[in-house]
This record gives sequence, structure tokens and C-alpha cells, in this order.
Amino acid sequence: MEQEQRKQRYLEMAQAISERIGAGDMEGVERLVDELTHIRETELFRELGRLTRELHESLKTFRLDSRLAELTEHEIPDARERLNYVITMTEQAAHRTLAVIEDTMELTSSLVSRSGELRSAWSRFRSRQMSVDEFRQLSHQLDEFFAQVEQQGSQVQDKLTEALMAQGYQDLTGQIIRKVIRLVQDVEESLIELVRISGSRKTAENSEAADNSKEPAQKDEVTAGSGPRIPGRSNDDEYVHDQDDVDALLSSLGF
Amino acid sequence: MDLDKNMKILIVDDFSTMRRIIKNLLRELGFTNTYEADDGTTALPMLKKGGFDFLITDWNMPGMTGIELLRAVRADPDLATLPVLMVTAEAKREQIIAAAQAGVNGYIVKPFTANTLKEKIERIFERVRAGD
Repeated sequence: MEQEQRKQRYLEMAQAISERIGAGDMEGVERLVDELTHIRETELFRELGRLTRELHESLKTFRLDSRLAELTEHEIPDARERLNYVITMTEQAAHRTLAVIEDTMELTSSLVSRSGELRSAWSRFRSRQMSVDEFRQLSHQLDEFFAQVEQQGSQVQDKLTEALMAQGYQDLTGQIIRKVIRLVQDVEESLIELVRISGSRKTAENSEAADNSKEPAQKDEVTAGSGPRIPGRSNDDEYVHDQDDVDALLSSLGF
Repeated sequence: MDLDKNMKILIVDDFSTMRRIIKNLLRELGFTNTYEADDGTTALPMLKKGGFDFLITDWNMPGMTGIELLRAVRADPDLATLPVLMVTAEAKREQIIAAAQAGVNGYIVKPFTANTLKEKIERIFERVRAGD
């Protein structure tokens, strides 16, 4: 459109110049050429002005976008630490569960083999192939076996509770991984923003879209929750370390 | 002490594994009348329908968080006295203080033990009874 207008204008000027030349009006030709040069210069300056403004804006936004610097400097290393902690936690949970399985297998297999021995002795007694002395011994062994079943059975129950509790890792690591996913998303958005800025085509629609992508009415950090404590971080003293700490804090509040 | 093993308990946590763990622990302790919800938004209407004797909730959940649920429960005249136990990974001192101020009856940090859960439940109902 603009180009079309420019073309029209140049065409009119060229016709006017050629008319002046035909009429031998050299002064008029000079004036028209000057005017033509002026149009050209004005356009150049305007374009230069636009470029300068854009560059200035881009530099300003770039400097303001400290989010990316913050992400690279603190949050990415922090995410690495979190993910390492996830590995440690899942490893511990797996070992804890495996240990329970090993112990439980041992406990049940000793009960199974002992009950097999006693059952064959019991069936000899039932078919009256057992002396009184032997029976007395068997009766004693059965007493011992019942006590053993009771004791090992309750050990198995405790072990199973232990295995149950070990599965809590899924919740804790899940919360940590969710935070890292949010961070990755944050990095992605910042990078897209950076590409947009350096692409120098900063239109009103784009910045509007970027504003809309921000979540409305964020909850404050305390209410939203910040997930599990990651050991060995600098803000460690903001956290309680175990249930005893919680109980002490609550009782100091009069609980 | 004898607790009412038939009491109706609501377990609120966004992780189904944790709900299952708590449900199993409660069953070991003899409580079988348990219900589940995955965040405050689903839990609150269940509570409002009535009949619940005890609420166990996580803190960090999408939608309505545990602390918001606790505040909503305390603000509702029908639910205001419902005993609430928080079982959460949120371990900031200011959060525990916030929960206490909002009127929580007990606070357990994850990871926790079966015994801690038992102790806290007993303690909560001891106090509830003493307050009667």
C-alpha cells in the first residue's frame, strides 16, 4: 500500500520533471530534483529512527528480563540438586522395600520348612507309628512352633508395614519433580520471549499474548506450599528437620 | 484408650499412593470407615454433606490446598469443631505456625512412621474428649 503510494508519487514527480525539461524551465527542474531528494532523505531518517527505537526497546527489555539470568544462575543448579535428591530417595525406597522382601522371604521360608517337618511327624502320630517318648518330644516341638509362628508372623506384619511406608517416596519425589517441570516450562517461556525480542518484531499482539500466559491471582508461597525440604540447602534453618522439631515448635506455641 | 473404630474418616491427598498408605495404616489401627478425596475442592462438599468424624489432609495440592481446606472447615459452623490432622511434606516453620493459627489439631511431616500416625490420632482424640 505504502509502496504503491510511493510509486505513484515518484511517477508524478518524474512526469513533472520531464514536463519542465520539455518547457526548458531548468530552475523548475532543479527545484523538483531537490524535492525528490528530500522525500528520499525523510524516508531514510524515518526508517533509521524506527530501527533505533526498536533496538533501544529490545535492549531495555533484555536488561529487564533478569528472569532468565535468575533461572540460569540459581534455579537450574537448584533443579539439578532436586533431581539428584529424587534419585537418592527412589534408591533408598527401593532398597528399603527390597530389604523387607528379603527378610520376609527368610521369615516365611523357615516357617514353611519347619511346618513341613512337623506335619510329617504329626501324620506318623496319626497313623499310630509314634512312641510315647517321641510324642512327648513332638508335643514340645509343636508348642515351640506355635510360639515361632506367632513371633515371626508379627515380624512379617511389621516388615509389611515398613514396605507400605517406604512407598511414600512416590508422593515426595512426585512433588519435587512437579516443581522441576514447572521450572522447565518457565525456562521455555523465557527462551521464547528472548527469541521474540531478538526477532525484533515486537507487535502489540505478541506482548498481549505473553501477558495473558501469566497465571491469574497467584497464591502466596506459604498457602500454595513449597514441597519437601531438600537437605543441604542454604535456607535450611527455615525448615523443621523431623517430627520432633514439629512437636517442639507446636508445643512452644502452646499446643 | 478406646477410640471409636467406626468413626468416619476423610483422607485428602493428591497422590493416590499416599492415600493408600494412610488408608492401610488406619486399617491396621482398626479404622475401616475411610473415604478419599484428591484435593480441597472435592473434599469440602463431602465434608459438608456431613457425617465425618475426622479429617486427615495433605497441604500441597492443586486446586484447593490443605491449609485453605482447614480454614474453610473452621469457617463453617457445622464443621468448625471437626478434628483435623495435617500430614504433609511442607516443613517450613512459618507453615506449621500458620496451620496452628488456622486451628489444626495435629501436624505430621512426611516421611512419617506408622507409630507417629497412631500417636497423633490418639492424642487428638484424647484432647477432643477432655474438651467435651
